[in-house]
Amino acid sequence: MQQSNLYIITFTVLMTIFFGTLLSLTRMTLEPRQKKQEEIDTKKKILGAVVNVSEYDPEKILSIYNERMQSMVLNYDNEVVEIDSKGNKIIAENINIQKNYKLDPEERMYPIFMYKNIESGDTEAYIFPMFGNGLWDWISAYVALEKDLNTVMGISFDHKIETPGLGARIASNEIQDRYKKKKIFDDTGNFISITMLKGENNKGINVHQVDGMSGATITGNGVNKMIFHYLECYSSFIEEKKLDQAIKISKN
Amino acid sequence: MSTEVLDKEIKKNKVSEPLLSKRRKKIISDPFNDDNPITIQVLGICSALAVTIKMEPTIIMAISVVFVMIFSSLITSVIRNYIPTRVRIIVQMAIIASLVTLVSEFLRAFNYEMFKTLGAFVGLIITNCIVMGRLEAYAMGNKPYDSVLDAFGNAIGYGWIIITVAFFRELLGSGSVLGFKVFEFIGWENFPTNGLMVDSVGAFIIIGLIIWVQRSISGYVEN
Repeated sequence: MQQSNLYIITFTVLMTIFFGTLLSLTRMTLEPRQKKQEEIDTKKKILGAVVNVSEYDPEKILSIYNERMQSMVLNYDNEVVEIDSKGNKIIAENINIQKNYKLDPEERMYPIFMYKNIESGDTEAYIFPMFGNGLWDWISAYVALEKDLNTVMGISFDHKIETPGLGARIASNEIQDRYKKKKIFDDTGNFISITMLKGENNKGINVHQVDGMSGATITGNGVNKMIFHYLECYSSFIEEKKLDQAIKISKN
Repeated sequence: MSTEVLDKEIKKNKVSEPLLSKRRKKIISDPFNDDNPITIQVLGICSALAVTIKMEPTIIMAISVVFVMIFSSLITSVIRNYIPTRVRIIVQMAIIASLVTLVSEFLRAFNYEMFKTLGAFVGLIITNCIVMGRLEAYAMGNKPYDSVLDAFGNAIGYGWIIITVAFFRELLGSGSVLGFKVFEFIGWENFPTNGLMVDSVGAFIIIGLIIWVQRSISGYVEN
């Protein structure tokens, strides 16, 4: 009797309804908390490019972020975009860089975050989100340039599943610190980008190079490609800001 | 009439069985060692390799498996007489999958870092052979309390092995225990960390060594 088709169908339907309800209720209750966690995670990564956030608790990260960070979104032609095609307001922090990466460079949206000095209100650093491919899956970065838009103030990498101990080292302070004070333009103003070398303990590293990670050449190549590609995409913004500053300096 | 008396006696005996009788202690303790799901039954190897690079995620993984196993066994055992036999595997999967989703949602809300680290592996508890193995082999045919004990024993049996594996992999592969740099602390600054240990191969080697030690102590031989 228990084996009749009707019984089986009734049983599975009831079971589906029960678990379905349970899971959707859980999701609804937890969603605000999950959203907040995601927000903290994004802001932590952005802020991580300019300050060492590892010792800050989440509340402190949010308060520093709200106090000092400003954001805007540009399109490929260096125009500020505020409203998306559906008429909704665009929030720079909510832009999914991974989804944008899959679009043509001309169609992407490019968020830029500006780290302000609390007293003067001047921008101390411009932070550019980047996205690319490592060895196994995606890698991403937030690159902070000082106000000269040439010198790297800091960088924070993230990755999905690069090999632990090899490629995954990009997420460590040891590797990220190697990028500090490196320059993306040469003395005459030509764009060079920054290249991670192959192998470790290289000698004679110049200002456009960083020491590599042994055993992680492909991750390193991915990092180089990502940084080069995105700095090119942001180049019109960078050039414009540099020009503004040159004019300012000449006026003074 | 005599059968009635016997029935009553059995009932009486069952009621008076202590919460942790010898038989029940054996249900819990067997999977620790003599019938360990990983080292003897060789189940759940996939996650034992994947999540054991560092101790912290491994401990979270072990706790998640304990939770999922206990509750899935409890639920399955409570409704075991109503589960239609023809679709029982699907029912078991629905129970496990729902519990796993719960774990993953809670991790995402309360420990986002861990959620990112464990990511896919929490979802893969569904395919962990130990969980479904115990439901099919034990919870479908036994009372709720016994099933919970069995699930607890097996989950702990799984847990202690993966935590042991993670301890050695983190110690030798990253030179730390729970993120604490042991070798730097004792003054051995340039401890040569072993790249093999952070690779899956390291887990195979350590599980192999554990099985070797365990079998040479217990004298267990495969038939």
